[in-house]
Amino acid sequence: MSHQLKERLQALAWLILPIIAALLFTAIVLLLVGAQPLQAFWEIARGALESPAKWADVLTAWVPLALVGAGMSLTFAAGLWNIGAEGQIIVGAIFATWVARNVHLPLWPTLFLVIVAGMVGGAFWGWLTGLLRVYARVHEIFGGLGMNFIATALIIWLIFNPWKPARGATMSGTEPFPPNAWVPRLGHTRLPPLAVLMAILAVLLAYYLLKGTRYGLELRAMGKNMRAAFLQGIPTHRHMLSAFILCGAMAGLAGALQATAVYHRLIPRISGGYGYAGMLVVILAGYRPEWVPAVALFFAAIGVGSPRLELNMQLDASLGGVLEGAIVLFVLLAAGLRKRLARRSS
Amino acid sequence: MDPFVINTLASIVATAAPLVFAGVGETLTEKAGVVNLSLDGTILLSAMAAFAVAYNTGSLWLGFLVAALIGMAIASIVAVGSIALEQEQVAIGFVLTMMTADLSSFLGNPYVNLPGPYVGQQPIPFLADIPLIGPVFFRQNIVIYASYLLIVLAWWWMMRTQPGLKMRGVGERPASAFARGVDVNAVRYTYTALGGALVGIAGATYSLVVKLGWSHNHTAGNGWIALAIVIFGGWDPWKVAGGAYLFGALKALGSVLQRNPAFQNVPTQIFSTAPFAMMILFLALTSSGLTDRFLDLFSPKVRNRLEAIIRGRAPAALGQPFHRD
Repeated sequence: MSHQLKERLQALAWLILPIIAALLFTAIVLLLVGAQPLQAFWEIARGALESPAKWADVLTAWVPLALVGAGMSLTFAAGLWNIGAEGQIIVGAIFATWVARNVHLPLWPTLFLVIVAGMVGGAFWGWLTGLLRVYARVHEIFGGLGMNFIATALIIWLIFNPWKPARGATMSGTEPFPPNAWVPRLGHTRLPPLAVLMAILAVLLAYYLLKGTRYGLELRAMGKNMRAAFLQGIPTHRHMLSAFILCGAMAGLAGALQATAVYHRLIPRISGGYGYAGMLVVILAGYRPEWVPAVALFFAAIGVGSPRLELNMQLDASLGGVLEGAIVLFVLLAAGLRKRLARRSS
Repeated sequence: MDPFVINTLASIVATAAPLVFAGVGETLTEKAGVVNLSLDGTILLSAMAAFAVAYNTGSLWLGFLVAALIGMAIASIVAVGSIALEQEQVAIGFVLTMMTADLSSFLGNPYVNLPGPYVGQQPIPFLADIPLIGPVFFRQNIVIYASYLLIVLAWWWMMRTQPGLKMRGVGERPASAFARGVDVNAVRYTYTALGGALVGIAGATYSLVVKLGWSHNHTAGNGWIALAIVIFGGWDPWKVAGGAYLFGALKALGSVLQRNPAFQNVPTQIFSTAPFAMMILFLALTSSGLTDRFLDLFSPKVRNRLEAIIRGRAPAALGQPFHRD
């Protein structure tokens, strides 16, 4: 066996090993509740892939994950833990909802304004977390979480007070938007092609910024060593704020699309946990935007497939999250193990 | 004294107890230089496990034991992943918090809203009869009493004992601790596991003492609050406990206001989220430049003393891996 082939096989093994470990771990969890692991994995796979309608659902769920993942590849490059994406999605959806309820123009001008409003809302919320970090020295994990809690309270207040439907406020959200604020769908599926296109553009933008511009280079220098970057004359404060704003705009866009393309209304759980799941996506992607689309697709499939567990096996759909988390955890641990073994043998 | 006031104060002391366990536990971990970000999920999973074990075996103590072991196991993954395998501490902690939260939902599904065993009231003779202090602090139960002891014990251990000194050295200047013959990483493993066990106990305290039973996301958010009050309390067990009581007071204030007719139009979710938001605001205020300007109004001597009270300094080597070479 040639040396090169051996190296490639080893790299492949290190990729597959943690996934097998994660599947084994999840299988043990399933055995704990007396369920058949293989049947459960089969149900998840079938729930995600059995029909074109399901593929459309997977792609629809891919959009917010890819958007958040693309945005976070920018903040992570600068060494920032933008855990506030969840709140940025929510505020983006709120801004978009305000436009959808109050602007009565033909379809395309309305949609344009709705989407811009969503991006502005998310960017604004990200900027606030950035201000907390830069000027009040609150670590972005806590600033971001605080902003998430505030956004959650805000959306519930809006749905239960000023925006409550005529038949009374419930957790099922506001009245549907007027149809001129609905992002068109592909045929009879739930898939909004426009949303997919915008997510692709966001990933390309993040990739271009990080790999092809001086700005991206400086962000990455900050991520390596904030102090050294500052001493080299990089405007670290301004760059931190702009990274928060860019990531916020992408998360806000995700929120606007959830409201106008998926639900056609504002619901309390509009963010659907995509802010946190997006963070798992970008960690598993090794913080690199070029890997975000594939990882996001994988997570979207698990997310769409796992409700099937409730239907056919009377199991809680949160198993999907367990599987996702286990994969990321074992990939991280395997990367460390590989490095350690390599050092020991050299 | 108005019984309403006494009941409210007693409930603040009780609801703060799990945050005391988790906050002091994380303080020990961070003082040794490790950040265990997995608290929120760990508390959920251990709360669920404690209830499930107590429900199935009828033994409350077994519930607490299993919860402590789960907390210890999760914390150990953070320690091994970041120390031996050199992965980013915060990343491992975040992934663990997400995964264990989902695990608690999945495994806890059969136990949702079941009535089960719990730790009842165990007044301490004589002490319970002291006016005001008695009913507030000493008409609780052994778990709550243990939370008082933990504050004193943790402070004494950290500040007054030889091993405590060693632990602080490892968190501040690992290289010089190593030069004096301290096994830096062994100390870090020990306090991460110990802190994790206390976080697990915090979970059991929710499901078996202060927020009985189990439901999906039963304790969600409290782990993040515990992490925030460690910073708020400046890595000092007394002030961390103070943060836990302050948070309990904010929560109690919320439920008092909620019953006030003037606020009947405000959705209940606002009252449940406001304390979280206010906690973060407090953090922002105490660490901001505004506080610097306020402190500058005083003479340097007073300023230093005030600053030590208002905000603590993070252990210098917090979150940084230690290499022998």
